[in-house]
Amino acid sequence: MMQELYAGVDVGSTTTKAALVDDSGTLLADAVGKSGFDFAGAAEEVFAQVLKSAGVERQQVKRVVSTGYGRRNVAFADEMRTEIFCHAAGAYHYFPETLTIIDIGGQDNKIIRVNAAGERETFAMNRKCAAGTGAFIEEISYRLGLELSDLNGMAEKSEHEVSIGSFCTVFSCTEILGLLRRGAKPEDIVKGVFRSVVKRVVEMGAIVGKVVLTGGVVAHNPIIADMVAEMTESEVVTAPHPQTIGAYGAALAARNL
Amino acid sequence: MVEIRKLKTAKLMKKVMADHFYEIDAAMKAGNPKVAWCTSVGPAELLRAMGFVVYFPENHAAILGATRTATDYIPVANAIGYSPEICSYLTADVGAYLKGFTPLAKIYDGIETIPKPDVLVYNTNQCRDVKDWFEWYARRWNVPCLGIESYVNVGEVTETHVQGIAGQFKKLADDLTAATGNKLDMDKLAETVWLSRKCSDLWKEVLEMATHKPSPLTFFDGTIHMGPAVVMRGTQVAIDYYETLLEELRGWVAEGVAAVPGEKFRIYWEGMPIWGKLRENAELFLRLKTAVVASTYCNSWIFTALDGNDPWNSMARAYTELFIVRDDDYKEEYFIKMKELFDYDGVIFHDAKTCPNNSNCRYGLPQRLQEKAGVPFVTIDGDLNDLRCYSEEQAITKIEAFIEQLGERQ
Repeated sequence: MMQELYAGVDVGSTTTKAALVDDSGTLLADAVGKSGFDFAGAAEEVFAQVLKSAGVERQQVKRVVSTGYGRRNVAFADEMRTEIFCHAAGAYHYFPETLTIIDIGGQDNKIIRVNAAGERETFAMNRKCAAGTGAFIEEISYRLGLELSDLNGMAEKSEHEVSIGSFCTVFSCTEILGLLRRGAKPEDIVKGVFRSVVKRVVEMGAIVGKVVLTGGVVAHNPIIADMVAEMTESEVVTAPHPQTIGAYGAALAARNL
Repeated sequence: MVEIRKLKTAKLMKKVMADHFYEIDAAMKAGNPKVAWCTSVGPAELLRAMGFVVYFPENHAAILGATRTATDYIPVANAIGYSPEICSYLTADVGAYLKGFTPLAKIYDGIETIPKPDVLVYNTNQCRDVKDWFEWYARRWNVPCLGIESYVNVGEVTETHVQGIAGQFKKLADDLTAATGNKLDMDKLAETVWLSRKCSDLWKEVLEMATHKPSPLTFFDGTIHMGPAVVMRGTQVAIDYYETLLEELRGWVAEGVAAVPGEKFRIYWEGMPIWGKLRENAELFLRLKTAVVASTYCNSWIFTALDGNDPWNSMARAYTELFIVRDDDYKEEYFIKMKELFDYDGVIFHDAKTCPNNSNCRYGLPQRLQEKAGVPFVTIDGDLNDLRCYSEEQAITKIEAFIEQLGERQ
């Protein structure tokens, strides 16, 4: 008898992710693609990718749950869950204890508290503002003419981190222009940018228990985990496959339906 | 898709509201009786007893919001120095006036403008912005602007509070006579206060119909049906209206008719409505099988202290006892009492960008409430009128995630 599989598709503001799990919740494959302007097409694409990676047929997938801002665009999904649910479910699967999950996404951040039984206690999202999100880092890298993939390495070389105090992405850019004018080094500015992201995130809610970091931004910038640990004085771990943990949580939800 | 169930009495409300606006329009055009503007929880009883017809610009501003025209006019007021951070009722209303626009002209044949008042009368019990708003028009039209300067952050309402405000009410009556010539008839005041009290009692009874399971009405119905309690309190018309509405609601309860078919969750909405998204939000909760059964906002027009035998002191007490005037200790206890009454599962705090006094999530109250009484909550960012401050997708995700969270608990 063919094994029954479950999939989750997370259509985020910047990237679309898919995850495929078996009956035990083991991750068989995951995939990441650009969301672009065709959410339905992006969802189809990442779903096809995980099937291909795992070498399985569509018919083997018993159920699909969609999540993310584009969750309503996934026509082949059986049900929907919010990304808050899915990040919590994915993180708790790996760390079944009292957790604070911090997700830094493309256009929003979430801070989710889960109790020891895996029930959500509370959650918060960033206000209607991109400060502290992936979009903020993208904007700064664009302004400085730097490649996104170079930022983490640059920040790690910083010896004199500068402080960026503005709440607003546009004001931060102006502030950075002033810093450059005064001779600040790019690596010190980049580290200041990461620090600013972490500050915006940890002020969103109180930290309880272990901190689990999720989302694409931490996947590409491990320096953020060090900063969160330093600023919250908590045990901080980055979730396995942090960028696809939401899709994974959705796949677990599909399994549990 | 399940449709929003409409109460038949809504038709009667259209007539009540039309009569209200035509009465004011006629008075303005004839120059008699004199027209007074009044803040929504201002001294309406006193004004009626002194022979004024009473217009409530907050009601007009809410119509600007509900018709989604507010966001077009807010920038007009911003441009003359009224910040986008202050009350978007004020900025929408002033901006619309400056552009010569009123939705009343579209809704009611023959009405061309908002009514120019003979006097503007405020009570700062809800905020300072209402006074700033009225003062703008007072300067524009060279019309007297009078009012009550209320206390803020009141814990227990004491005799000192009551005497202080009652004294201001009496002085206001004298000042109104001096400014307009209208005189106070004490018998009329007693009668008006009783009529207002009766309206308040009936409105309270209407809202408490939502204690039934399933609830026959939601917060979104309340924001529509509260119209007469706001603009017609102190008149027999409002009383007749709520008696009719109550009869219909009692029928729904007897038949087990649910405002939200398959009601699974019951929510308390704290803060202002998002007027331009009322329908969308009502439909969202309908889809989530969640009845928003209670709200501070709709409860704000319950004035249980009003007493025709002691009009001055009772008006002072009634308009000081309001939730918005009180300190956080009082507010915490209030939420707990409302939980006992309505048996809600959680609270949605609407953090309205331009309405700090109606945004009770900024000083740790939700967290204290959760700790003290185990009340789950979520905060959504938005605004009463300025849709530029509202991210619909984010709000939907938060509300859906909150309902998922409540479901996990069940």
